[in-house]
Amino acid sequence: MSEKMVFLALQDNEDARPIREAIEADNPLAVITQFPGVYKIDAPGRLVINRESVEERIGRAWNPQDIHLSLVTLSGNIDETEDYFALERT
Amino acid sequence: MEQAKKMNMKEKYNAMTGDLAWDFSYKTEAEIFPLSDFEGIKIEDWSKWQDPFRLTMDAYWKYQGEKERKLYAVIDAFGQNNAHLGVTDARYINALKIFLTAVTPLEYGAHRGFAMTGRAFPGVGAQVASQMQSIDELRHAQTQLHTISQYNKYFDGLHDPFHMFDRVWYLSVPKSYFEDALSAGPFEFITAISFSFEYVLTNLLFMPFMSGAAYNGDMATVNFGFSAQSDESRHMTLGLEVIKFMLEQHPDNLPIIQRWIDKYFWRGYRLLGIVGMMMDYMLPKRVMSWKEGWEMYFEQNGKMLFDDLARYGITMPKFWEQSVEEKEHLTHQLWLTFYSYGHAAAFHTWIPDDSELDWLSEKYPNTFDKYYRPRLVYLREQEKLGKRFYNPSLPQLCQTCQIPMVYTDPKNPTKRVYRETIYNGDRFHFCSDACKEIFEHEPEKMSQAWLPPHQIFQGNCGGATIPDVLKHYHFTENDGGEFLHSRDNANWNLWKGLTPDEEAA
Amino acid sequence: MQVDIKSLSIKPLRNTFDQVARFTGSEKSASRYLEATIGVQPEINFHYQPLWSKNRSIYDKDNTVIVMNDWYRLLDPRQYYYGAWTIARSKQQDAAERNFSFVEKRNMLASLPTDLREKIISVFVPIRHMEYAANLNNTYMSAYGYGVSITQAASMCAMDRLGIAQYITRIGLMLDGNSGDALKTSKAAWQNNPAWQPIRQLTENMLTTQDWFELFVAQNLVLDGLMYPLMYQSFSDLTSVSGQTSFAMMTEFMSEWFDEHVRWVDSVIKVAAAESDSNNVQIGKWIQKWLPQILQALQPLAQEALGEAAQAGLDAAVAQLSARTTKSGIN
Repeated sequence: MSEKMVFLALQDNEDARPIREAIEADNPLAVITQFPGVYKIDAPGRLVINRESVEERIGRAWNPQDIHLSLVTLSGNIDETEDYFALERT
Repeated sequence: MEQAKKMNMKEKYNAMTGDLAWDFSYKTEAEIFPLSDFEGIKIEDWSKWQDPFRLTMDAYWKYQGEKERKLYAVIDAFGQNNAHLGVTDARYINALKIFLTAVTPLEYGAHRGFAMTGRAFPGVGAQVASQMQSIDELRHAQTQLHTISQYNKYFDGLHDPFHMFDRVWYLSVPKSYFEDALSAGPFEFITAISFSFEYVLTNLLFMPFMSGAAYNGDMATVNFGFSAQSDESRHMTLGLEVIKFMLEQHPDNLPIIQRWIDKYFWRGYRLLGIVGMMMDYMLPKRVMSWKEGWEMYFEQNGKMLFDDLARYGITMPKFWEQSVEEKEHLTHQLWLTFYSYGHAAAFHTWIPDDSELDWLSEKYPNTFDKYYRPRLVYLREQEKLGKRFYNPSLPQLCQTCQIPMVYTDPKNPTKRVYRETIYNGDRFHFCSDACKEIFEHEPEKMSQAWLPPHQIFQGNCGGATIPDVLKHYHFTENDGGEFLHSRDNANWNLWKGLTPDEEAA
Repeated sequence: MQVDIKSLSIKPLRNTFDQVARFTGSEKSASRYLEATIGVQPEINFHYQPLWSKNRSIYDKDNTVIVMNDWYRLLDPRQYYYGAWTIARSKQQDAAERNFSFVEKRNMLASLPTDLREKIISVFVPIRHMEYAANLNNTYMSAYGYGVSITQAASMCAMDRLGIAQYITRIGLMLDGNSGDALKTSKAAWQNNPAWQPIRQLTENMLTTQDWFELFVAQNLVLDGLMYPLMYQSFSDLTSVSGQTSFAMMTEFMSEWFDEHVRWVDSVIKVAAAESDSNNVQIGKWIQKWLPQILQALQPLAQEALGEAAQAGLDAAVAQLSARTTKSGIN
C-alpha cells in the first residue's frame, strides 16, 4: 500500500450510526472493520465527515464538534471547520 | 450598532484563549514562567500554537457532561444488577487488577503533570490544551475507580491500589516511567506523555484492552474505556501538534526532541509489555495477539506517524527494530516471570488451557511451540503433582525500565541479555542496549531509581522475609498465587453454580 | 449460562477500597466522592529528584508552610469529583446559553445607554484578564499542592475561571457585534489605563507567589472575596438601575458560581486553621498581607465602576469577607 492512510474509530452505538453512514456515503474508499464495541474506519489520504451529510440522516442540526461524543481514536492531521471534520495525511 | 462582522471559528477561539494574556510589565516573563527554558527548547513565537479542536469551556462542559451522564448510568446499572457475574470467567478480573494498580495511578500522574505544564508554558494555547488534558486525566482515574469499585467488592487484589503503587516491585515499572517524565521539565514531559505515549503507543493500551473487555462481557469497563478514549483522541492530537510546534519554532530543538522520543518510546514499549501479557494470557476470550497489535498500531500506523514528521528531520525512534524482533517472545517471557513470582503479586497467574495454548501456537508460529509451550506444559504438570512452581529469590531488575532481567536476545532466544555500566564506582545492570543507553545519557538521574529488591535488601520494605514484604505491600493471602487455588476461583464457581471440575475442564 | 441470583447468596467481600476505609474509619460502603479522592496521590518512594527543583519531590508537603497531619481532610463540601463537577457545570452552561440567546434574540444590548455600554467595556470586560490569571494561579495549586482533596478542587476551579474568562469575552464580543473592538479597547484599558494599573501589578505579583497555600488565600479568598461582590453585586445593581437586565442575565453564571466557590474556599480555610494555632496565625498573616494591597488596588477601579457609590461598594465587600473569615475561625 503506497498511499498514506488515515483512520478513526467510533463507538458502536446509536449516536455514531449516522456518522458512520455519512462517512460511507462521502468516502467511497473508506474501509470499515468491526471490533467488539467499536469500528475502525481506514481511508487513503483523507477521510471527511460532512455536517450536511450527518444532518440529512438525523433530520436536525449537527455540529462537527459533536464527534467528541462518539470518537474512540484517530490517526492523521485534523482539519475542522463549521462544516466538516476531516483527517488528512498527504 | 454598526453591522456585525462575524468572526470565524479560529478568530473567535483566539479571542477566547490567546487574547486573554497580556504583556507583563511589572514582572518579567522569566519570573512568571520560570520553567520555560531550562531544557534548552527554543520557542520564538507562542502565538503560532494551533489548537485543532478549539474547544471552549462551555462546549467542553456540554460534551463532557453528556459523556459522564451516560457513563454513570451504566456504572449504576452495573452495580444494581450484579453485572460482575457477566464476565466470561474469573480469570478475566486479573486484567482489571493490573489495570487498576498499574494504569489508574498513571492517569492520576498525568493529571498532575499536565497541571504542571499548564502552568509552566508561557503560551495560552499550550496552557489551555494542557489544563484540559489535566482535568480529563483526573476523569480517567476517577471513572476507572468508580467502575472497578464494584469488582473490588467481590474479588481480591483490588483493595488497596495506591498503597501498592507506591511500594510493590512490579509496579515500580509504571511508577518510574511516569516519574521520569514528571521529574523532567515541561517540554520533556509533554513529549514523553503526549507524543511518545499518547500518540504513538496509547492505541495499544486502550484498543485491545477495551475490545477485550467487550469480548469478555465486561460492559462497565468497555464503557469507561471508550468514553475515556474520546478524550484520548484530543490528547493524541495535542501530542502531534506539540511536536510540530516545537520543531517549527527552532532547528536547535530537533536533536533534543529526537532523544526524548527515543527514550520514552523505549520506556513506554517496555511498560506496554505488561499489556501484551494481558492480551495473550489473561483474556479468556482473545481479541488479537500482542504481535498483531504491535504490527497494526506500531509497525503500520506508527510508521505513518513518523512519516508525517520526516520533513522536520524526525526519524523512527531508536531501537524500534528491537521491539519488532522481540514481538514473538516478549509476552511469553513476561508471563512466565509473573507465574514464577505469582506468590508475590496481587493478581493470579495460571497456565492456559489446551485450546488457549493452541491459539498461542497459531499466533506465534515461529516461537511458541519451540520455546514456550513445552515449559508451560511442564509447569502445568508440576502443578497437578502438587508442585506449583514459585521462584523464592528476588529478581534482579533493569536499572532503567525496572522489569526483571528476563528478556532474551531474539537472535539467540535462550540467552538472556545482560548489559552493564559503571557509574561513580557502582555497577548498574540493564535488560537491553536501549535501557543502557538511556542510563548513560542521564546517569545522575537514572542512578537514583528506587529499585524494590535493593530496597528490600536494605530493610526498607517491612522486613527480611517474603511474608514481611507482602505484609508491607498490604497483600492478603488471597491476593496472589495460583488462580486454580484462589478464593476468586472458589467464589466464582459458587456464584455461577459450577463445580471445580467443570471450571477446570 | 443463566444465573438465578435470587437463589444464590452473593455477599460482597468488602464494601470499599482500603484507603477509603482507613480514612473514614469505617468498613461501610463509601461515596463516589471519597472513592475518587482519598489516597490517590503517590506519597513515597519517588524515583528521581525533579530537574525543576533541587530540594523538593514531585509531590511535596513542604511546598507550603501550612502543616496538615492529613491533607485529605481539606475535603470539598460540594463533593465534586470530575463527573459531579462537569455535570453540574454542563447544567449551568445550558442556563447561561439560554440567557445569552435571550439577550441576543431580543437585541437587548442595542438599547443599552452608550455610557453604560462603554463602562462595561472599560471596567468589566478587562476582568477576563484577571480571570485568566486566576486560572493560572489555581492551576499552580493543582500542580504543586498536596493531596487530591484540595488539588482536584483547584483544578476544577482553574477550569471554571477559564470558562468565566470566556463568558466575559463573549459579552465583549456581543457588545461590539463580534468585531473584536470592545475586546481591544478593554485590553488597552487593562494594559494602560491608570485605574487598572494597581490591580494589574498586583495580579502579576500574585503570579510569582511561591507558596501555593498563600496563593489560595490571596486569590481565592481575598481577591475573589472582594472583586466578586464589587462587580457582580454592586456594579451589577448599578447596571440594572435603569431597567437594564441584560448584564445581570449574562453574568448569572458568575454570581451563582461565586456562591458555590465561597463554600469551598471557606471550608478549606476553616479546616486548615482549625488544625493548629500556627496554621491559623499563618493564614491570618497572609490575609493581613494581601487584604490592604488588594483593597488599595481596587480603589481606582471601584471609583470608575461605581462613582460615588465606590466607598460603599468596597465597604460592603470588605464586610462580607471579614464576616467569612471570622466564621472560618481566623483570629
